Amino acid sequence: MSVQQISVFLENKPGTLKKMTGVLAANGIDMRATSVAETKDFGIARLIVEDVLNAVNVLKENDFVASLTPVLAIEIPDEAGGLDKLLEIFADAEVNIEYMYAFPGGKRTNKACMIFRVADTKSAEARLTGKGVKILTQENIEEI
Amino acid sequence: MERYYQQEIECASYEKIREIQSEKLVKQVKHVWDNVPHYHKKMEEKGLTPDDIKSVDDLHKLPFLSKADLRETYPDGLLAVPRKDVVRIHSTSGTTGKRVIAYYTQHDIDLWDDCCARAITAAGGTKDDVCQISYGFGLFTGGAGLNGGSHKVGCMTVPISSGNTDRQIMFIKDLGATILCCTPSYAAYLGERMQELGYGPDDIPLKAGIFGAEAWSEEMRHSIEKTMGIKAFDIYGLTELSGPGVAFECSAQNGMHVNEDHFIVEIIDPETEEVLPEGSQGELVFTAVDKEAFPMIRYRTRDICRLTRQKCSCGRTFVRMDKPMGRSDDMLIIRGVNVFPSEIETVLLNNGYAANYQIVVDRVNNTDTLDVQVEMTPEMFTDNLGEVEERQKKLMEGLKSMLGIKAKVSLLAPKSITRSEGKAVRVIDKRKI
Repeated sequence: MSVQQISVFLENKPGTLKKMTGVLAANGIDMRATSVAETKDFGIARLIVEDVLNAVNVLKENDFVASLTPVLAIEIPDEAGGLDKLLEIFADAEVNIEYMYAFPGGKRTNKACMIFRVADTKSAEARLTGKGVKILTQENIEEI
Repeated sequence: MERYYQQEIECASYEKIREIQSEKLVKQVKHVWDNVPHYHKKMEEKGLTPDDIKSVDDLHKLPFLSKADLRETYPDGLLAVPRKDVVRIHSTSGTTGKRVIAYYTQHDIDLWDDCCARAITAAGGTKDDVCQISYGFGLFTGGAGLNGGSHKVGCMTVPISSGNTDRQIMFIKDLGATILCCTPSYAAYLGERMQELGYGPDDIPLKAGIFGAEAWSEEMRHSIEKTMGIKAFDIYGLTELSGPGVAFECSAQNGMHVNEDHFIVEIIDPETEEVLPEGSQGELVFTAVDKEAFPMIRYRTRDICRLTRQKCSCGRTFVRMDKPMGRSDDMLIIRGVNVFPSEIETVLLNNGYAANYQIVVDRVNNTDTLDVQVEMTPEMFTDNLGEVEERQKKLMEGLKSMLGIKAKVSLLAPKSITRSEGKAVRVIDKRKI
């Protein structure tokens, strides 16, 4: 079970990110994780939230281009070598990572959560689960 | 089955049309010689008197009239009848600089309304239709012209004017409007808003649109037709010549028929002013042979296009003009290369972007820069930065091959370009020369 990430198109100029967070704040949407990738001209904000559909609708109503992307959320121990061990399994399973970002484990302070975007989410999921990796679901995100 | 508003003239033989034109031209030349000192002087300078003009074959002898003549004679130096005979004026929007005041007698209004009625009928309009006129009303000719034409056809006319987009859509739905008349950029905006409100082509009663007053591409036509589920027809005109309805599209949607009983059209080489044979690309020149108040003899429009007399499937015999590439006034010269905004629009739509764009021209270190700004759409967006950049690159390559010069492409947030309710502002030229 993958998690739905919201990707939002942003012009690369002062104030555009603030406009997006302003919309989220006004609608009481709590971000669990976020990252921004950018070029010289534009950027893409990536968000993990609890109520995905509501957040996408709110963004679209406010004239943002937003799309949903399946990503893998995996919890790791928040300690030296935690990510390294997980990536070893990715390498073994021959899963290529397009991009990734991390967020701290929230209430569970000894954990961290990694978000991975891979080319073929379903097949990566099967291969990683086969190697004993626990992949978080949307419900799990809400509990964190 | 093709319908005509005035079949006898719209389908008349070439010889018959020439005969009508000759008769009216001779009369018109006499009229301006007698009543407009500016024409009188221009003819005298060429050593001409009305006796030298015996038929259409002598048209080429007459002097041209240009925008400069209109400026020079502002506000009423070309008025050819006593003021008491004028029933209305219209004025240009001034998008290309100076205002022009055009005068109409009741006869002039009648023939203009006829021209628009022909256009509405050619688009399939009958007295059973509801025709929503979303062109601006007032000094602008768009609203008044199509309004008059719609009355003549007998449509239930909705003179809503432009603006208040949600109300426009409400009227279309509540009154069951079947024909929409407005600028193509406003039609695109209405279509976009309909989609936002969740209306698909089947939810909209419209069956046809008559869109003009600015240059638009074939790709934009397809996009509007798809969104609204209509057939979109082009209409051509200029305030100087009366307004919309100088030429109009028929069911073949393959060029616009010029109302030749009222307007004689020529194509000239804009440099040498030589009349070019049928099929050549050049500047459109019109002679309004039927207008009393504001005649216009050999008026240079600055519009670049082509004419054809090839038989049209609709049965009309009037000569057809291509969609003009744009006024030569709209043409940009960037690094010495001629660029028409309509060419840029074609590339954008072919690459999957919407017709929401703006062209910013500037000069940096003595070199012209061209920045094509287009809004991101849900269809063109992915979460993959590389893919979005790849599409941006592809668009730049498309522009390069169409225009012959390099253009920058800026991707903007949706709705960041102001929507137009009339003529869209496509070009921002910041060059200080």
